[in-house]
This record gives sequence, C-alpha cells and structure tokens, in this order.
Amino acid sequence: MPDGAVIEFSNITKTFGGVTAVNDLSFTVEPGRVTGFLGPNGAGKTTTLRMLLGLVAPSSGSATIGGIRYRDLPRPLQTVGAALEAASFHPGRTARNHLAVYAVAAGLPAARIDAVLHTVGLSDHGAQRVGGYSLGMRQRLGLAFTLLGDPGVLVLDEPINGLDPEGIKWIRGFLRAMADEGRTVLVSSHLLSEVQQSVDDVIIIAAGALVHRGTLASLETEAAPRILVDSPDRQALATALGQAGIEFFTGRSGLLAAAPDTALIGHIAFLASVEVSALHRERRGLEEAFLALVNGGAPTNGIDSPSANADKGESR
Amino acid sequence: MTSFSRAIGAEFAKIGTTRMWWILAAVMFGYIALLAGGLSALFAGIESGVISPDAAGSGSQGLPAFGSLPPLIYSFASSIGYVFPVLLGALATTGEFRHQTLTPTFLANPRRGQVLGAKTIALFVVGALLGVVALLASVGVGALVISAFDLDPLLGEGATWALIGRTVLAMAVWSAIGVGLGVLVPSQVASIVIVLAFTQFVEPLLRFASLFTEVTQGIGNYLPGAASDALVGASFFTIAAPGGTAGAMLEWWQGGLVLLAYAVAATVIGYAVSWKRDVT
Repeated sequence: MPDGAVIEFSNITKTFGGVTAVNDLSFTVEPGRVTGFLGPNGAGKTTTLRMLLGLVAPSSGSATIGGIRYRDLPRPLQTVGAALEAASFHPGRTARNHLAVYAVAAGLPAARIDAVLHTVGLSDHGAQRVGGYSLGMRQRLGLAFTLLGDPGVLVLDEPINGLDPEGIKWIRGFLRAMADEGRTVLVSSHLLSEVQQSVDDVIIIAAGALVHRGTLASLETEAAPRILVDSPDRQALATALGQAGIEFFTGRSGLLAAAPDTALIGHIAFLASVEVSALHRERRGLEEAFLALVNGGAPTNGIDSPSANADKGESR
Repeated sequence: MTSFSRAIGAEFAKIGTTRMWWILAAVMFGYIALLAGGLSALFAGIESGVISPDAAGSGSQGLPAFGSLPPLIYSFASSIGYVFPVLLGALATTGEFRHQTLTPTFLANPRRGQVLGAKTIALFVVGALLGVVALLASVGVGALVISAFDLDPLLGEGATWALIGRTVLAMAVWSAIGVGLGVLVPSQVASIVIVLAFTQFVEPLLRFASLFTEVTQGIGNYLPGAASDALVGASFFTIAAPGGTAGAMLEWWQGGLVLLAYAVAATVIGYAVSWKRDVT
C-alpha cells in the first residue's frame, strides 16, 4: 500500500511579468484526508499545483512532497499522481499507447496500463485513438495516468469538469476510497458545491492569496452570524436597532442584523416596545460563506498567519 | 535501467506510437525513387547513347564525366531527402508543445535536460533509419536503372559504400537538427514553414549565389546543406556549379562536424529558449 506524504507549500510566490499570480502562499495537505483546493477561476490554483509538480518554477518559496521537491523525487510517478486541467494527449495515439509511453519513462510494468484502464472504466476503449474521445473519457484517461504509478499522493486539478452525473458520483467515491487507504488527496475546484460532498478539509484562495483553511465545517461556523428579525412595523424596528447601534440592512423577509445571537435583538425590540413577528439566526450556506470569502470578504479567524508556519519549510 | 535509458525508451515509444514516421518515410521513398529513377534513366540514356545528346538539350555538355553518375544519383538520398528527417525531428519536438504532452512527459521525468538528450538520441537513430529507407530508394532504384542501360552501378566500389555509410550518418544528424529547431521554434506551423522554406528555397539560392565569388564560396561551404553534401561526398550542386568548383567543398569529416555543430547549437539554445521554461 503506498504511503501518503505531506504536501507542503512554504511562502510560495509566482509572478508572471509584473503580475502576481500566487502571493506568499503557505499551507500543508495531510495524508488520509481529501483536501479541497478552492477559489474562483484565475485565483492561482493551477499555477500553485504546477509549481508543486515542478512544471512552473516558483519566483520564491518552495513546494515539497514529503519534504522533497518534485524535481528531486527519485521515482516521481510512483510518488505523486497528477491530473491537470489541460488535455495533454497526442490525438493520434491510442489510450493504451499514451499510457505506455509514460510507463516506459517511469519504469512501470505494462500490467499497470491494463490495471488503470480498468480502474477508470476505459478497458474497452484502450485501443481507440484519443482524438476520438469525449471530454469525459479524456478526464478518465487523465485519471488513469494519475494512477499509473500507484502513488501515495494524488493531485487533481478540476477533475469533475466535464464528467456526467454518473462520473461525478464515481469520482466522489473514488476520492473517498483513496483517502481512506491513507493517500494524500488534493483536489482543486472553482465550485465548492462540486466537491463539498467529498472533501474533509478546504483551502480557499482568492487573487493568489490564502483566505481560509480548515475543515469543511469550519466554513459554516466561522461565517459571521446574522440575525433575521421582522416586525409589522419595520420602521419602528429599524429605528430601535439604529439607536442600539446594531448594523443591519433590509432584506426581502425582514431586517438582517449583524449580531451574535437572537436574545440581544429580542431584548432591543422589547425595550422599544416593537412587536416582533420573526426572529431567528440565519444559517448561511457553505456556498454563501465560500463566495463571501473569495469575493474579498475579510479573512476569518480560520486563517493562520502565513508566517506562523514559515519556519517549517525553510530547512531545505 | 537508469532513468536516462528509460527516457530514451519513452522517446522511441512516442515516435513508434504515432503515424508520422512512416508517412514521412513513405513520401520520402516515393520522392527519391522517382527522382533517382528518372534522372538516372535520362543521364544513363545519354551516356549509353540510347538517348541522343541533341534530344536531351544543349546542356548536356555542361555535365562532367558520366563516370560519376552513380554516386550523384545515390547521393539524392540525402541531398534531396534530408528535409524528411528534419521534419520528423521538428514535428516530434514541436508536437510536445502543441499537444501539451510536455506536462505528462515532465511529470514522468522532471529532469528536462535528460529528456531532451533522450529525444535527440532517439531521433538520431530514427533519422539513420530514414537514411536507410532513402538509400533503398536512391541506390536501389538508381542502380537498377543504371544497370538496365548496361552501365556499371559501381556497387563493388568501396567508395560507393563509404558514401552510403556517410549518407546514413548525415540523415541521422539532420534528424537531430530537427529536434534542435523544434525547441528553438516551438510553434509547429512556424517550424514547418522554416524547414520547407529554408531547405527548398533559401539555402539552395544562397548556395548557388555563393558560388560566384571565392569569398562567398568559402562561407557557403558552411551552410548546413553544403556541409551535409561535403559529408556525403557528392551532390547535384557541386556538379551543377558554374565552373565545376566541386573541389572547393569541405572535407567529409569537416562537413560532418559543421553539421553536428548546427544540431548542438540549435538544441542548446532551444533548451534555454523553450524547454526549461514554465509549462503552463
């Protein structure tokens, strides 16, 4: 059974020309868990993953797998399996031959080719030229390449893009199974909803910088609380809240107040003798919390200062 | 197996699993066979008196002794065929950029210099095989036609076999030059245009023009096609040259070294220009 290894990014930065794509990013990814790497398109996810894989040279900082840079891994495909967004196939090559080229390069037995084609459900299409593949089949072939060396670390860039519902269900089970076997699984996506059923941890970046990291549940609990309150006399309620110094805005079904709990708002209404018709804590969905974070929302308490773990990665 | 020998194996697998190599080999064979067959029939016909010199036109007296006909015809393998190994090398290299297969390639072996070295070695060998195919066309068809006119195809001569061996070497180096060009100009379309324009038009023109003065002739000898002809030892050019200046060519080993220098320079510069860049 392959062992998962810790992925570690230490103050990694990449500038293209004058544009900073990734800015001083530091985080670790643990084995045995599925970690979602989230952020809107253009946030720097792919660049970060490509730096991890030695395809893009960081401007500063480092990315390591089990403490070793990708370029220094003695057996890269047997250590890390990666599926990147770009369809990297010669259209005239069959799927089997595509995999055979890299099996030869990595010194893997030919039996692995049939094994991974079977795993991703392409056994019947191995002799077909990749040029005739559908997007979903290409995604599966990308995954087959990922699994070729039976690696302990999996890095998947937007693996759910282009999959049909059956494929999505399959990959969710697949990610879970990989993590349960003790592998490290890092999956990027621009949609939280796409991966929220499979991930244990989330790392969220926006504009090349870390905005949140923690467990999936931490996203919800750490989102700023809001209280929905309504009254037959909204004007009076608004006046009362304003006088009490509570920030609020008017929503469709009442006033949304920035307050820690319902009791405070109820008390304010009671003192002002305003009748209350609705009063409850509004549960913000994960997606909403995610969007708030990536749309320039203030970093929540869940974020560690990047300098807090800078001491870990600099020893090389 | 070391990672380098595995890398060479992977490069051979890349060439063998696409159709490009045999398409180029087939087109090359037909092209050379046609020219070698046609021209040896014409010249051998004149030589043997089957075709009267008058019928062949007034240019016939410009051709030197017909005793050199077989090597001239045999050298078509490289003097005309060299564009095919260059194309194969350039396509094999630019294809990695075009189809974004650099990503899996560098994931499987992140030592990029090693990968480029492996590609050069693999294409050198495949280029040599293309050389053999080209010789099957030029020597095979040429000798057959020459014999048919009761002339000596010179296949018993050591010099002929030395020419054949050096042709294989020239074609192998041309394929490596193609790899160098591919990393120097990673755009596949641009690479193909450069190969075709340079080999079919620019260089022949430069070589011909350079023959008119002694100074430019010295420079012209260092053009890759001229160096290749020097390595092989015979060329349509040197015979068609004004004033028959064939003696001014480089020595065969000098030509070989010049050709090799082109391959090394293009590859080393190309490595810095494109190969070690970020793969995005």
